[in-house]
Amino acid sequence: MRIDKDLVAASATPLVLGILLDGDLYGYAILKRVAELSDGSMQWTDGMLYPLLHRLERLGYVSSSWGTSEAGRRRKHYAITPSGREALADRQEQWTVVADALRQVWHNAQRPPAVEERWA
Amino acid sequence: MMELRPELEARIDRWRGYVQRRQAISPADVDEMEDHLREQIADRQATGLDDEEAFLVAIKRLGNLDAVSREFAREHSDRLWKQLALVPEDSDDGGAPPWRELAVVLALAAGAGVAVKLGLTWLDDGAALARNLGLLAFPFLGAYFAWKRQLTVGVLAMLLIPFAVLAVVLNIYPFASGGSTELLAILHAPVVLWLLTGVAYVGGRWRSDSRRMDFARFTGELAIYFTLLAIGGAVLIGLTFATLQLAGTDLEPVLEDWILPFAVPGALVVAAWLVEAKQNVVENIAPVLTRVFTPLTIAMLLVLLVVLAAAGGGLADVDRELLILMDAILILVLSLLLYSISARDSLKPPGLPDVLQLTRIAEFGFSPNKVAALGLNLLLLVHLLWSAWLSVGFLRRRRQFTALVRWQTRYLPVYGAWAAVVVVFPPIFNFG
Repeated sequence: MRIDKDLVAASATPLVLGILLDGDLYGYAILKRVAELSDGSMQWTDGMLYPLLHRLERLGYVSSSWGTSEAGRRRKHYAITPSGREALADRQEQWTVVADALRQVWHNAQRPPAVEERWA
Repeated sequence: MMELRPELEARIDRWRGYVQRRQAISPADVDEMEDHLREQIADRQATGLDDEEAFLVAIKRLGNLDAVSREFAREHSDRLWKQLALVPEDSDDGGAPPWRELAVVLALAAGAGVAVKLGLTWLDDGAALARNLGLLAFPFLGAYFAWKRQLTVGVLAMLLIPFAVLAVVLNIYPFASGGSTELLAILHAPVVLWLLTGVAYVGGRWRSDSRRMDFARFTGELAIYFTLLAIGGAVLIGLTFATLQLAGTDLEPVLEDWILPFAVPGALVVAAWLVEAKQNVVENIAPVLTRVFTPLTIAMLLVLLVVLAAAGGGLADVDRELLILMDAILILVLSLLLYSISARDSLKPPGLPDVLQLTRIAEFGFSPNKVAALGLNLLLLVHLLWSAWLSVGFLRRRRQFTALVRWQTRYLPVYGAWAAVVVVFPPIFNFG
């Protein structure tokens, strides 16, 4: 199943922040983690991750530092900051509300509405 | 870590070059994405894909570069306003410390100032000074490009020998005091020097059309930067002047004796460096100004044409001044033409009928001034006529635009040659 791209975009920030909660990571590792968490159904355009990370950095939610990879290449690592944690908590609340509302909608939708039969 | 094969390395290099051309993506971002790309390739290879397949998958997954670059632009909109970094940020290439060029430029600027100041001190005679002023400042500008382009001995010789000849001619010729030939030599020597600067600028590759066009662009930008520096300097000096005057100190002697001799040649070197430093950063201004002034100039030429036609016979006597004025107008038209071509825009040379009309009016009769002005007039005329011919061919799609560009850049040295002739020809007129 493919996830709609608006939905992917909306969930990108909390996902990245949440993944960084477990420890510092670099771009490619973050994307791998996203794929693992969603069983590969949340496919990002890889290149779009970097402008997102830079935006989060500008907002002060993550900080970055240059290191080196095992192969000796320059590699940029990202870490979540305290204000990133706050933002994440805030997003989590929002998503909980959304998920909750959606759950109720799904629940109601399972009972076939009488209206629909009359119009059919 | 897996060993990558040279072919794959080459592909990644090409990709890097391609991405780096995006303004919104900085070199550090490219590094970051390259790391990503390599990781992705390594992972794909681990699942059994060969180099090429792995590369293609990795590129595909990075996404459409336009879209990614737009995202970067949205996040870093400031990058689209390119900032001129006087000292380059990334000195990754190792080697020279980033401030070295700045130091060299400042040293050369100061050197040019000292040379001119010494000239002012030692050469009392105003005319001798005027003859040598260019000679004093030029070596420093030339030295900057010699250093920057790492000129070979051959090219250096090509610069130094004409320079020496020019210096000798200008100083041993027994010019009659206040004569025309002296004035002409003073006016034309800088043109020769400028052409030598061009040789240094193109790193000795003066046979290359595109390098010569670069020098034409450089000249336009240099003029603009120099003007901007001059305006800035004038504001600064004016403020200092006014303030010191209130305090009862007169700055004028200091200005004449010290500030101007150092500031003007120094500004020339600094402007050259700024143009060099900014060439990839800021859009060229000369073509922009050209677009603004081309219609205005056409209007001006039409007015002149009408006025001159109305004046009719009365003009036949006006010779020298008219010739010189026409030269100035032709040079203006020519620069407009040159800079609109430098921006790769096709354009018919404006005012060609005027050129024909005006050069015909002037009367013959040989004096050094007339010969110099007329020669330049003829050169300009040939230049513009052939440009017009080529432009028509281009507009009728019979010719390539490059033919026009080639003609422009190939013709430029002719002016230098003419200037050299003018500097050398005083003996014909007994240095009068």
